[in-house]
Amino acid sequence: MLTIYINDLELEVEEGSTILEASKKMGIKIPTICFHDRLTPPGLCRQCVVEVEGARVLMPSCITKVREGMKIKTDSERVVRARRTILEMLSSSTDLSESPDLLEQMKTYKAEDGRFENSSKRDFKVKDDNPFYMRDYSKCILCERCVQVCSADIQFSYALTTSGRGYNKRITTFYDRSLPETSCVFCGNCVAVCPTNALIASNEYNLKTEGAEK
Amino acid sequence: MKFDRIVRTTCPYCGVGCQIELNIKNEKIVSTVAPESAAPNFGRLCVKGRYGTDFTHHGSRLKTPLIRKDIGGELRKPVGMDGFREASWEEALDLASIRIAETFKKSGGDAFGTFCCAKATNEDNYIFQKFARSTLKTNNVDHCARLCHAASVAGLQKALGSSAMSNSIAEMKNLEVFIVTGSNTTETHPVISTFLREAVVKNGAKLIVIDPRKTEMTNFAVLHLQHRPGTDVALFQAMAYVIITEKLFNTEFINSRTEGFDSYSKSLDKFTPEWAETITGVPSDDIKEAARIYANAGAAAVYWGMGISQSVHGTDNTMSIANLALLCGHLGRPGTGVNPLRGQNNVQGCSDTGGLPAIYPGYQNVNDKKVKAKFEAKWNTNLNDVPGLTTLEMSDAAGKGIITDFIILGENPLMSEPDLNAARHHFSNLKNVIMIDIFFNESAEYADIIFPAASFAEKEGTFTNSDRRVQLIRPAFDPPGEARVDWEIIQELALRVESRLERKESSGFEFSSASEIWDEMAALVPSFGGISHSRLEKEGGVHWPCPDMNHPGTPYLFTDTFPRGRGLFNVLELRMDSEQPTPEYPYILSTGRVLYHWHGGTMTRRSVLDKIYPKALMEINPEDAHRDGFENGQIVTVSSLRGSVSVELKISDRSPKGVVFIPIHFSETIVNELTNDLRDPVAKIPDSKISAVKIERTIMN
Repeated sequence: MLTIYINDLELEVEEGSTILEASKKMGIKIPTICFHDRLTPPGLCRQCVVEVEGARVLMPSCITKVREGMKIKTDSERVVRARRTILEMLSSSTDLSESPDLLEQMKTYKAEDGRFENSSKRDFKVKDDNPFYMRDYSKCILCERCVQVCSADIQFSYALTTSGRGYNKRITTFYDRSLPETSCVFCGNCVAVCPTNALIASNEYNLKTEGAEK
Repeated sequence: MKFDRIVRTTCPYCGVGCQIELNIKNEKIVSTVAPESAAPNFGRLCVKGRYGTDFTHHGSRLKTPLIRKDIGGELRKPVGMDGFREASWEEALDLASIRIAETFKKSGGDAFGTFCCAKATNEDNYIFQKFARSTLKTNNVDHCARLCHAASVAGLQKALGSSAMSNSIAEMKNLEVFIVTGSNTTETHPVISTFLREAVVKNGAKLIVIDPRKTEMTNFAVLHLQHRPGTDVALFQAMAYVIITEKLFNTEFINSRTEGFDSYSKSLDKFTPEWAETITGVPSDDIKEAARIYANAGAAAVYWGMGISQSVHGTDNTMSIANLALLCGHLGRPGTGVNPLRGQNNVQGCSDTGGLPAIYPGYQNVNDKKVKAKFEAKWNTNLNDVPGLTTLEMSDAAGKGIITDFIILGENPLMSEPDLNAARHHFSNLKNVIMIDIFFNESAEYADIIFPAASFAEKEGTFTNSDRRVQLIRPAFDPPGEARVDWEIIQELALRVESRLERKESSGFEFSSASEIWDEMAALVPSFGGISHSRLEKEGGVHWPCPDMNHPGTPYLFTDTFPRGRGLFNVLELRMDSEQPTPEYPYILSTGRVLYHWHGGTMTRRSVLDKIYPKALMEINPEDAHRDGFENGQIVTVSSLRGSVSVELKISDRSPKGVVFIPIHFSETIVNELTNDLRDPVAKIPDSKISAVKIERTIMN
């Protein structure tokens, strides 16, 4: 067991736990976006950053292991500013209208939609290439949960991957082929972990659009 | 999306028993998710569970009782829905009970053949077999497990005295070494396959695939032994030979837990790997390597499917696997075991609840005096102590006029039996056919009276999955139209037949809930004693055996002993009784399943699943196709000595040379027109995986 301090509270934790796990045990909530309980934490979104005394940069709590005597601030001014900026960058490039958790976080962190003046939200045509689910990548925040589920975390089908960098990064398939032409087996395990409705059961999508038309 | 309601239940497809939540809006299932914290699937689903439950709402669901228009006519001809008229429940139940009582008075109980249902609940099946045994005095009770895992049950009964998967799904991701044989796991048990692949990718487990087909699991294997169809015994015996000659066996386990080792080890002399190579086509070095990997493992498990059991020597195949496990002591610990992967949501439960001809619920023999007395006391009646006929024997008996009445709960024998021309001939000989189903299936064409039943989403009850975990299903809707819950239909029918037969005392058909039915059964079955609906509600699921309320259930079997005491080594000979290719019929036809469909297709062909896989495709090896001048996508006629079907070709190296593969799901291409009704002498299971066929170009007019 190690002794650490989170927001000045002393805590005994098991060696090998992450800061996120330790905080959760203490009932301290750290916001996350890409993190999912059953998947390998990818440390991508950086929304779970915390301030660790002596560290040069903010540390992603989902992948940072605790060390003896570590002093952690989960809610410092610097942390809050970073989280707000992350949310503002996400909302500047992505349609978050069906991400209730992110909208809630925007409220909590007083993040402004449209803070970045010349930004534009990415706009993709909805991909409807199979009978089961649709891919609306305008809503994709690139958390990569779907890629992880499809590859070595759950399904081992390796149908989804990423391509491009920066603003042009996206989730795709091998050679951007339609899903029926890939190794996809339509288990929908990716749909289940998508936090933004970028992946959505076709039935739900159709109901939603019918509802909007009425 | 906001749903009107969310109903937690159990998936109606394969034997994994995934826990699902039906998201319902406007009285329809819109989507399906899996709770992340619930065993056995922990949030994982496959395409059938996630998208394939929409058959529930299909327009062709049966909604009123149906009576054949020419009922009582001389010759029974197959008719479509238009050969039936709608009837009231009162009329249909009355007519069914009159006809059943007439047969009973005239010919006695053994004129009945009754089929339980591996898709229905434990409670539906308990009351169904109770009706057959107590009211109709017959043990002619069987179900489609006869056509799938009967040989696994028979083989494991002989070797260990048990008949279920020995270890749990929860152990899979921590495996060290495992063999998958005769199982296309990624397509037939998709969620189990994710745990098995997780063991390989994350836990560094070594997988050995033993299968004539290059299934997707081979992509994750260290070894693929691609043996010739029907040579399983030669291969497993040769592995045992290596284990014995190289002294890799577990002496302590053999001494303390088994019997028959000496005669068994002596019998192996001729099963050298070099000899096996000539029989199986597998290089002897690979056989040796596989034997060493399996034997040297701290813990090793074997998983199998229809490739082992649907064989004229299926019982021997199973025993040859059990022999290996006994040799190496790979039983009774986590990550070991002998594990037949069950194909239907409740095929385990259907057997457990007495859907077999020789046993009452809980595998208690019908000819055991004490057991019989126990059931006679509970059911207030005298019972028949002669074991009944199996599925195919009932069909034979119908052909001979010995059985005149079939009562069928949710099964479709005229898709699933081998050699369908013969089977249809047998059906047309019947005098009275009563069916309970949710759809008008191929067998319904021969029915007299059809009762519309409830789907998995419209009733309470339990399913028992492949690792013996009993789990609840819950109603999300009322049955459509006038359809009723299966056990209520059976109960109503039983009461009417009892009354027509002027029984002084009823055997007890006054249940008011599925839970009450379970409780009656649990009082009669020691291994269910600690399971009740209210406990399942609290705990999510319990693995039987679970003898009392304080018992936690049993995820893995055989820790200290086997049900038969010591594990028995069985001396085996290689028999090659399958139909062999000839110059006229040069190919071996193998049958099986595809990911997007399930069994006879009654449900999946009426689902969105059919959109992605709408027709049968026959796999043929590229070399065969090239030599015989066939092209991808070409329509061909495939014939055996028994029949012909038309099918589209798919060139694929999944099939080895000389072997073609047709899935079983498609009523337009019913592969059982071709299959051979050659049966394992013990298990009475047909040789579904091997028929000699020829392939001809279909001439289009």
